[in-house]
Amino acid sequence: MNYEFNWSMLLEEPYIDWIIEGLLNTIQLSLMAWCIALTIGIIIGSIRMMKSPILRFIGTFYVEIFRNIPLLVQLFIWFFVFPLLLPDNLMRAWNSLDGVPFLTALIGLSLFTAARVAEQIRSGIKSIPKGQFNAAFSTGLNTFQTYRFIVIPYAFRIMIPAIASEFLTIFKNSALTLTIGVAEITAAATYIESDTFRGIEAYSVASLAYMFTTASVVIFMTWLENILRIPGLIGKK
Amino acid sequence: MDFNVIIDNFPFLMKGLLTSFQLAFLTIFLSLSLACLIAVGRISNKKYVRYPSAIFVNLLRSNPLILIVFWFFFLVPLITGTPLPAFGSVLIAFVVFFSAYFAEIVRSGIQSVGNMQIKAAQSTGLTYPQTMRLIILPQALRNMLPALVTECVIVFQGTTIAYIIGMREFLHSTSLVAERTIRPIELYLFAALVYLIICFTGTRIATLLEKKE
Repeated sequence: MNYEFNWSMLLEEPYIDWIIEGLLNTIQLSLMAWCIALTIGIIIGSIRMMKSPILRFIGTFYVEIFRNIPLLVQLFIWFFVFPLLLPDNLMRAWNSLDGVPFLTALIGLSLFTAARVAEQIRSGIKSIPKGQFNAAFSTGLNTFQTYRFIVIPYAFRIMIPAIASEFLTIFKNSALTLTIGVAEITAAATYIESDTFRGIEAYSVASLAYMFTTASVVIFMTWLENILRIPGLIGKK
Repeated sequence: MDFNVIIDNFPFLMKGLLTSFQLAFLTIFLSLSLACLIAVGRISNKKYVRYPSAIFVNLLRSNPLILIVFWFFFLVPLITGTPLPAFGSVLIAFVVFFSAYFAEIVRSGIQSVGNMQIKAAQSTGLTYPQTMRLIILPQALRNMLPALVTECVIVFQGTTIAYIIGMREFLHSTSLVAERTIRPIELYLFAALVYLIICFTGTRIATLLEKKE
């Protein structure tokens, strides 16, 4: 293997700009998608635990559809098919928007991850003892209040590890949005590679960015988990 | 909408689906074998075995699959001197990537069995390999079966990523037909439906296995 390394070229214009832009896009996209996915996921996850069979069916339907179609296929559908299904005037408005790829990526990533979050929420809620629900109802709280004040704060703390790992999943999955033209960090690496043929340097930047973020999130979440630990729960050291 | 395009191009699309299945099955078979070795390495009490396995697993789990695919697509020809066909390069990347995920499943499966079983088995005179083969692994396998099935579904979904470097798998075949016939709505919805049916069956099996315990 003869390959001459040239790490300093990464700091040259325009490559450094591509890297910075890629990093910003990746972080922005994954943070925004994560917030939306958490919101939708919490709603869908709670709906699946309701008594009404119709609501439960809607929740299950959502989860099964969005988690069983590969993310790449979902992104293609949002990008290629969805605008065609809009009425004419809406389609023109959609196409004239700035940053359609980013917006499409945001929708696709959020809805895909929301299904996974919903599953985590459901198993989190399931892990809450039935007595908690009964106790809440007996103090006069209604279903919404029970969820709002008792179940969700409780389940949320149990689910911190799962929610953190969902952020990391969304963070890594955001790399797929390069297929619909989002200039995130993996895309930036491929641009640099095809411009300079320096694949090792270019991909190293992207890999290091992912690894660094993953490590930081894991460390932060371990710390948070320690602080928010529910006293008296079994299974905690 | 005109779904005749799907019937007209059915053999071509199914050829792509077959490639997807081949890639998924080869990946599952090879990466699961590799994963067993890594998992045993992860729980070994020898540091020079444990640390490299841990680094391998964490390195791969913190990178996106697509980036690993790019890495191998670039690196393999550089090391071997000749470019590999897309299928080979993707397969290597997939096996390396998914072996890290399978290794974690196998490891937690082995650890779920409990230490006392090893001691009990050895006190009856079984050797370490015998204990693993006859006592630990059968129980571990039962415990990790739902997670393994779920991971297989993820591998199958992951095969769509081979599209990006131009391998003619199902999604790629679909998009080729979509471009040629200018019927993206029908074709992408068809692809989504096919993936949905296959992956739904897989996740259903995983749920049933989980309930059986």
